[in-house]
Amino acid sequence: MPVDLTEVRKLFFEESFENLDVMESSLLDLEVETVDQELINSIFRAAHSIKGGAGIFKFDHVTDFAHAAETLLDEMRNEEHLITQSLIDLLLRSVDVLRMMLSALQEAGTYDFQEAQACQNELQRALKNQSESEYDKTAQSLSPFAANPQVTEIPQSVTTEESKALATNPGWHILFKPDLSMLKTGNDPINLFRELAQLGDLEVKVDTSQMPALPDLDPQLCYLNWELILHGDVARAEIDEIFEWVEDECELQITSLEPPSEQVEVSPIAPSYDAGDAAIEPVSSKQDTVVQETKAETGLQESEVVTEKESVSETETSVEAVVETDASEGVSESDTEPEVSDTQAVVETAVFVDEKATSTPDIPAPIKTPEVQKGAAEGVSHHALEATSNSIRVNIDKIDSLINMVGELVITQSMLDQIGENFDSSRITHLRDGLAQLERNSRELQENVMRIRMLPISYSFNRFPRLVHDLSAKFGKKIELKLSGEQTELDKTVLEKMSDPLVHLVRNALDHGIEMPEQRRAAGKSETGELHLHAFHQGGNIIIQINDDGAGFDLDKIRAKAIEKGFLNYDEHPSQEQLYDLIFQPGFSTVSQVTDVSGRGVGMDVVRRNIRALGGSIEVKSQRGKGSTFTIRLPLTLAILDGQLVRVGEEIYILSLLSIIESLRIKTELVNSFAGFAEVYRLRDEYIPILRLYDLFGITPTSRKLEHGLLVIVEGDGQKMGLFVDELLSQQQIVIKSLESNYKKVEGLSGATILGDGSVALILDVAGLIHLFQSQIKAPHTRFHFLSGVRYER
Amino acid sequence: MNDETSPVANKKYLTFVLATEEYAVDILRVQEIKGWNKVTKIPNTPDYICGVINLRGTIVPIIDLRLRFSLEEQTYGAMTVVVVVKVLSDSNKERIMGIVVDAVSDVYDVPENQIQPPPDFGSVISTEFVKGLATVDEKMVIILDIDRLLNSKELALVESIAH
Repeated sequence: MPVDLTEVRKLFFEESFENLDVMESSLLDLEVETVDQELINSIFRAAHSIKGGAGIFKFDHVTDFAHAAETLLDEMRNEEHLITQSLIDLLLRSVDVLRMMLSALQEAGTYDFQEAQACQNELQRALKNQSESEYDKTAQSLSPFAANPQVTEIPQSVTTEESKALATNPGWHILFKPDLSMLKTGNDPINLFRELAQLGDLEVKVDTSQMPALPDLDPQLCYLNWELILHGDVARAEIDEIFEWVEDECELQITSLEPPSEQVEVSPIAPSYDAGDAAIEPVSSKQDTVVQETKAETGLQESEVVTEKESVSETETSVEAVVETDASEGVSESDTEPEVSDTQAVVETAVFVDEKATSTPDIPAPIKTPEVQKGAAEGVSHHALEATSNSIRVNIDKIDSLINMVGELVITQSMLDQIGENFDSSRITHLRDGLAQLERNSRELQENVMRIRMLPISYSFNRFPRLVHDLSAKFGKKIELKLSGEQTELDKTVLEKMSDPLVHLVRNALDHGIEMPEQRRAAGKSETGELHLHAFHQGGNIIIQINDDGAGFDLDKIRAKAIEKGFLNYDEHPSQEQLYDLIFQPGFSTVSQVTDVSGRGVGMDVVRRNIRALGGSIEVKSQRGKGSTFTIRLPLTLAILDGQLVRVGEEIYILSLLSIIESLRIKTELVNSFAGFAEVYRLRDEYIPILRLYDLFGITPTSRKLEHGLLVIVEGDGQKMGLFVDELLSQQQIVIKSLESNYKKVEGLSGATILGDGSVALILDVAGLIHLFQSQIKAPHTRFHFLSGVRYER
Repeated sequence: MNDETSPVANKKYLTFVLATEEYAVDILRVQEIKGWNKVTKIPNTPDYICGVINLRGTIVPIIDLRLRFSLEEQTYGAMTVVVVVKVLSDSNKERIMGIVVDAVSDVYDVPENQIQPPPDFGSVISTEFVKGLATVDEKMVIILDIDRLLNSKELALVESIAH
C-alpha cells in the first residue's frame, strides 16, 4: 500500500530548517570551556530529529552527516571534549552544510559535495572514539586523536541503537521453490514479488533449470524457482505474511543477510539466467503460459530496473546520481497547493511547536565575541528562510480562544433570534443588550483572527546572531549583538517583507557603522562595538530600532557627496534631517570603498521603498563618533487601521490615526503667505504648509474660510502638513479595501473602506498627498522639490 | 475566462440604450444589473468615472458611458441602470466594473457572421471600442469591445506603485 509522503516530506523540511535554526542559535549561545548540558542537549535533539527524519526519506547523506555531528555532540555532552571555539565553528559549519543539503533536496537542486565531504571528514576527525564508530571508514586515512581514557564510559547503547537503525540495509535472502502445481491454486508468484518489492528493494533471480523441453511442457505447471534478495530493514514477520498463502505449496528458505550485502552477491546459488531467457523459452507453447510468462517478464524487468537504480545510489559512486534521483522524486511530488490544510493538522503542529518551545531555551542572548569562522554561508541561511513562506504555525491557545469566541457569537445570535421572534417595544432594552454583545463578540473575533497572522519578531531577529558572528569575523571587528523585545508580534506579511531591509541595515551598521577595534580604542571607546536590535509597540505601531555605537554619520561628507552627485547645490544648506534623508536617495553612498557587503548605494533607497510599501517609515538619528540609530515604524497589520473620519464638503475621507499629530482650530493671524503661492501656518516654532483638501480634490467645501474649518496636522515621509478640512467626525477601526483590484492606484489615496451605512469612503495617503501637493504648487524657481514641502525652520 | 463558445457562432448579447443608440455587450461578461446608488467620488479622475460603490464588500468603479462617449449628460434617477461587467485586463486579470446606461433593452442572439466591422470614420470618430455592428429586428446594434473600452489608458492598472 503506497503512502503519500508529500505532506510528511514538506513537514520534514519545515521542521528540519527549524531544527537547524535551533542548532544554530544554541551553538552561538555556547560558551567556550563550559559544558552547558541544557544547550548541548537541545542541539543534540535537533540534530537527532533531522537524522531521524532524513532516515525515513532515505536521504542517506543527510543521515550520515547528521549522525557524525550528533556523535560529536554526544561526546561533548559527556564532557569528553573541551568546548573550543573551533569546535563550535565546526558545528556551525555543519549546520550550514546540512542546510545546504536539505535545501538542495527540497528544491531538487545540487549542492557542494566537496564542502559536505570535507566538513564530514573534519567531524570524524574531531570524534574521540572514532575507532568504535562504524563510520570510521570515511575517516580511515586520517590519524585519530589520542584515545581518551574515559572512552569506556560512553553509554554505548545510544550509538549502537542508532547504528542499527541506519545500518547499511540488512535484508533477507529468500529461496522460493514453488511446487509444480502452485499455479493451479490460483497463486501467482508475480503478486508475491510485487508485495515484497513494497517492503524494500527487491532483487529477483529466476532459475529455469527445471524447465522441461518444449514438447513435455505443461503450461499449467510452474517450473521456475526464484532467488530473491530483499534489501531494507524488514521484519521477518512481514515476509512470512506474504508467503503465508503459499507456504504449503512451496519450499521456502528465508535467511537474513546478516553479513552485509557483498557476501550475498557472491552467494553460489545464482544461476546466470536472466529474466529475458526465462521468458523466451516457453513462448511457442500454449497461450496461457505465454501470458503467464510475459507477465512474469515485465514484472521482473521492472524490479530489475528498480534495483539497478538503487544500487547506483547505494554504491555512492556519483553523488550527482543520488541528488538527481531525489530530484526527480521531488519534482513529481512537489505540489504547489497553498498550505491551507485542515485545521486539525494545524492544531497538531502547533501543539508540537509549543512542546518544543518549552523544551528549548529561548532566543539567543548576547553572543560572545566571535573569532575565526571559515564558512561564511549567509547566503545559505538566507535561502532557507525564503523557502518557507506560505504556511503559518499558530499557537493552539489562539485557536482555542477563537473557537470559544465563535461559540459566544452563536449564543448571541440565538438570543437575538429569540428577541426577534415576538418583538414588541417592551423588549427594546433586551435588543440593545443583545446588539452590544454582538458588537463585543465581533470585535473580539476580529482581533483574534488578526492575531493568528501575528508572529513574534524573533523569527526575523534570530538570524542576526549568526550574521553578526560571520560578518564580524570577516571584517575583523569585535561586535556584541543585543536583541530585545523579540516577543513583539507583528503581521506575518510585514515580518517577511521586513526581513531583507533589516538584514541590509544590520550589515550596513556592521560594515560602516562600527569601527575597527584599533580605531575604537583610539576614540576612547571599548574595543567591542555594540549593535542593538530593539522592537516594541508604540500606539498602533511597531517600532524596530537598529542602534550601533559606531562612528555615526559624517554630515559634512554627506553634504560634499550630495553636491558631487548633484543632489544639492553649493549654496544650499539643508537641515540635518534633510541631509539624513539624502542617504535614502538611489545611487547615494558616502563610502569611498565598495565592499561586497554594502556600499554600492543601492541599498538604502530599496530599504526605504520596502518600508514605505508596507505603510511604514524610517528615520535616522546619528551623532558623530557616538553611533547612529535607525528607527523603523511599521503598522501592526496591513488589513485594519484606526481611522479618523474627516468631512470635506459632502465627502468623507479617512485619515490613519497614526499619521495625525494634532488637530486645531485655525487662528488667522498665524497664517502666512509663502512666496505668493502657498500658505503656511505657524505652529509653535514651526511653519507648516496648509493643504486645502477641497482644492486638491476639486470638491465644493462647506466653507473656504480657514477659520471655519479645522487644520489637521499630519506627518508622512518625515514631512508635516496641515490638512484643511470642514469637520472631524468619529474615529473607528476600518477594514482596508483595495482600490487597485478593480480600479487603479490613485495618488493621494491608499485605499477605500466601507462605512457602517454601506457607503464607500476613501482612505487618504498622507505621503502621497504631500507629493501631490508639492507637484501642484511647484513653482519654476524651486529646483529641488524635496525642499518645497519640508519644515521651514526659523 | 474565455468568451469563446461552441462552434455554432451564436452569441447572446445584452443590449442597452444610450441616448437613442442601442449598444450590446457579450452577456457572459455581465455579472448583474442593478439600480443606481450613490457613489463615492474619486478625486482627480476623468469626469466619466463617477466614482466607486460597495458591491457586497468589494470596491467597484462606476463608469458613465454617456460621458465616455461624449454624449449629452443626463441626471441620474430611479430609472438609471448600472450594468456590472467583468473585464479582462491585458494581463488576463479579471476586474469588475459598473457601467451606467439609460436603460437595459433586450437579449439577442447574434450569429457571429452577421457582425460587420464598423465603418471607418477616419480620425473624426474613434471606433476603437466598437467590435462591430449587427442588425437585429431591423435595428442597428453597436457591439462593444468591453475589454478595450474599460482598459483604455485612463483606467489601465498602474503597475508601479512606488513613486
